Amino acid sequence: MNKPKDPILRHTISVLVDNEPGVLARVIGLFSGRGYNIESLTVAEVDLDKHLSRITVVTSGTEMIIEQIKAQLTRLVPVHKVADLTIEGPHVERELALVKVVSSGENRVESLRIADIFRARAVDSTNDSFVFEIVGNSGKIDAFVDLMRPLGLADVSRTGVVAIARGANAL
Amino acid sequence: MATKSTTKARPKKAAAPTAKQMNGSEIVLQALVDQGVDTVFGYPGGAVLPLYDALFNVNSIRHILVRQEGGAVHGAEGYARSTGKVGVVIVTSGPGATNAVTGLTDAMMDSIPLVCISGQVATHLIGNDAFQECDTTGITRPCTKHNYLVKDVNDLARTVHEAFYVARSGRPGPVLIDLPKDVAMALGPYLPPDNVRPKHYNPQTKAESPKIAEAVKMIAAAKKPIIYAGGGVINSGPKASKLLTEFTRMTGFPCTLTLMGLGALPASDDHFLGMLGMHGTYEANMAMHDADLIIAVGSRFDDRITGRLEAFSPGSKRIHIDIDPSSINKNVPVDLAVVGDVGSVLADIIKKYRADKVTPDARALKAWWRQIDTWRARDCLRFDNSDSKIIKPQYAIQRLYEMTRKHKEVYITTEVGQHQMWAAQFFHFEKPNHWMTSGGLGTMGYGLPAAMGVQVAHPGALVVDIAGEASTLMNIQEMSTIAQYRLPVKVFILNNQYMGMVRQWQELLHGGRYSESYMDSLPDFVKLAESFGAVGLRAEKKDDLDGVIKEMLSVDKAVIADICVDQAENCFPMIPSGKAHNEMILGPEDQTDDVIDEEGKMLV
Repeated sequence: MNKPKDPILRHTISVLVDNEPGVLARVIGLFSGRGYNIESLTVAEVDLDKHLSRITVVTSGTEMIIEQIKAQLTRLVPVHKVADLTIEGPHVERELALVKVVSSGENRVESLRIADIFRARAVDSTNDSFVFEIVGNSGKIDAFVDLMRPLGLADVSRTGVVAIARGANAL
Repeated sequence: MATKSTTKARPKKAAAPTAKQMNGSEIVLQALVDQGVDTVFGYPGGAVLPLYDALFNVNSIRHILVRQEGGAVHGAEGYARSTGKVGVVIVTSGPGATNAVTGLTDAMMDSIPLVCISGQVATHLIGNDAFQECDTTGITRPCTKHNYLVKDVNDLARTVHEAFYVARSGRPGPVLIDLPKDVAMALGPYLPPDNVRPKHYNPQTKAESPKIAEAVKMIAAAKKPIIYAGGGVINSGPKASKLLTEFTRMTGFPCTLTLMGLGALPASDDHFLGMLGMHGTYEANMAMHDADLIIAVGSRFDDRITGRLEAFSPGSKRIHIDIDPSSINKNVPVDLAVVGDVGSVLADIIKKYRADKVTPDARALKAWWRQIDTWRARDCLRFDNSDSKIIKPQYAIQRLYEMTRKHKEVYITTEVGQHQMWAAQFFHFEKPNHWMTSGGLGTMGYGLPAAMGVQVAHPGALVVDIAGEASTLMNIQEMSTIAQYRLPVKVFILNNQYMGMVRQWQELLHGGRYSESYMDSLPDFVKLAESFGAVGLRAEKKDDLDGVIKEMLSVDKAVIADICVDQAENCFPMIPSGKAHNEMILGPEDQTDDVIDEEGKMLV
C-alpha cells in the first residue's frame, strides 16, 4: 500500500533502446499515460552499427513508483536494457547549458567574473551580450543561472541530464 | 527514430538468394499461412485493396466479413480466447483503424494475443492529411503491446513473423502492423518464420530455483492460505489450469478465481470459493481479508479485486507469480515475487513440494476450512425467487446453466454490466477457454461479436452470449455477419430496459436519480432477430422461461431470446466502492443510504 508518507525520490535511469521510429514517443507516452514525472530527458544514438540509442531520464516518485517505471520500461519491445544509476552505484551526471546575458558596464564585467569562477566559457560575444557555455551537474547550472539573473539574463537553453556509471562496468 | 526526423536507410539484410519474390500483400498472406492462420476477421477499404486482391487467391485462409471493424477485433478476441491461438484482424486505413481501437484496448487490458493489419495510405502521402489517413501507429501505441509501420517491403516478412512472436510471447497482447498501400504492392523477398530470429525480446518464463524454494517454504508455513488465480492461468494454456487444479488439491488450500480466471479450476471442486472482488462471493472476499498467505497466480490485484487498498488483507504474506514483472508490486506490495510463466512455475512448485515431502499444517488448515464454511453458510448468492410471475435474472441464468449441462461443449460470452456479473456468479465453468468476457476494459458490445468469433472457431459447439439489451445494441450489426456465415449463436438477453449496472449505482450512490439510464423505444428483439434471418423468442413470465430456453437450444440457427426480467433487481453481494473485503453488502437488507461515502463515490 502506498502510504502518502512514502518519500518522493529522484532517480536517474538509463535506457538502451532500438533507434527505430516512434521509440521516443513510446517512452514519453508511457510516462504521461501512467502519470509518472519526467524531470529531464535526453536521447541520442550511441551505437551506429547496432542502431541503439541511449535515453537518460530523471524521474521522481515513491520507491514503488520507481520500481513500476523500470518494470514498465523493460516491458516495451524495443527496450534492450534499463539501468537505475541512482541505486546501482556511483555515477557521473552532467548537463550542458547555453546562457545568454545582455548587459553593459559593471554588470557585464561581473557576469564575466562569475563565469570564470564557474569555469563557463563565453562562446559568443557582442558589445552588449555574451553567450556562456557551462557544463556540470544540474545544481551547478541552477546556481549559475540564478547568479546571472540580476546581471541581465536573457535566455537559457539546457540539454537535460546525461549520466553514466563510474568504474569499468558498461550498461 | 526519435532523434532524427529523416529515415535512415537501414542496411538491408541480404535476402537469401533463393528468397522468393512476391508483392507485399502476398508476403503478408504467405506469412499468415506459415504462422498457421486459418481464419481472419476483417473489412476491406481503399488502402487494403491490394491485400484483399491477394486474399482472393488464398484458399487456406477463411475471411469473416464483419459489419464494423470493432466487431472484427472482438470476433478475433473470441476466436483467440477459445482456441489459444493468435486472432487476426484486417482493417483499412483511417476510420477502419480508429474503429479497431476499442477492441485493441480491450485485448491489451485482458492480455489477448492478436495481430491486426491495418492499411495505410501510400508512404509518399503519409503526413499529408490524405483521404482516410490517420496516424494509426500514433493512435494505437498505448493500446497495443507493440506496433509497426512498415515502410520497406524488405522488412515486411520479418515484421509479420515478429508480430506473431510478440503477440503470443510473455504476457500476450495485441500487435498492429500498419501497411502502406505502396508497400503492399511492391515486390520483395519472402522469408519463412524459421529464418526470422526475433530480436532481444525474450520474456522470462522459468523462475529462479531459490524463488521456488522460498515459495514452497511459505506455503508449508501457512495456516490460513488462499490461492487467488486469474487470467494468466488461462493465457498460459490448458496445462496451467491442470497444474493449478493439481496444486490446489495437493495442498488442500482454498482457491478463488478472478472474473478472467473462471474455468482455471473446475467450479465443482470443493476447494473453489467462487469468484472474488466487487461482486465476488462473501466467502472468497472474507478469506482474502483474513488470510495469512495469499498465493496470487497470474492475477494482478486489480481495483475491482482489492477494494480499499489500505484495508486489503491486512495480515497476509503474499506470493505473486506472474510473467509480467510490471504487474508485481503495482497496487499491492508482495513478499515474494516469482517472475515466470505460471504453468512453468506451478510445475516447479509442485515438484519441489513433493520432493521436500511438505505436509501442510493439517490442524490449522482444518480450522481455516471450518471458518470458511461458516462464511459459505451465509449463502451469499441467494435471491428472492418467490414471485410466481416475474423472472429474476439470476434465475434465468441458473436455468440456462442447468439446461445446458448435458451439452458437450458450451462457450459463454457476455456483454458488460449486471448480467455479466450474474453470469460469472451463476454459470459454472469446469474448463478453461470456455468463458469470454471483457474484464479489464469493460467493453459493452463485446459479447455478440466475440460469440461470433467463438462459433467460427467451434462450429459444432453451443455458443451463448449472455447479454443485456443495452450492450447488445452496441454491436447489433454483427447479427448480419452471423446470418451470412450461418452461425448458430444464441443471444440470451436479460432485458430490464435499463443500463442495469448504471441504474444500480445511481440507486446506491445518487439517491435513485436515474439520469439517462432508462431506454425508451427499444427494438422488438423478436422481429429484429427475424429481420436478420434468426429466430426470435421471448419470455415474459417465469412459466415461459424453460420453454424458451429449450427452444433456443433445439434450433440449429442463430437465436435472440428476449428474457424480460425484473427491472429493479440489483447485483449482490457487493463491496461498495471505497470499502474493504469484510464490509460487503449481501443483499437489499444491508443496503442503506450511507453505504458509500463521498470518497467512495469518486473511486467508482
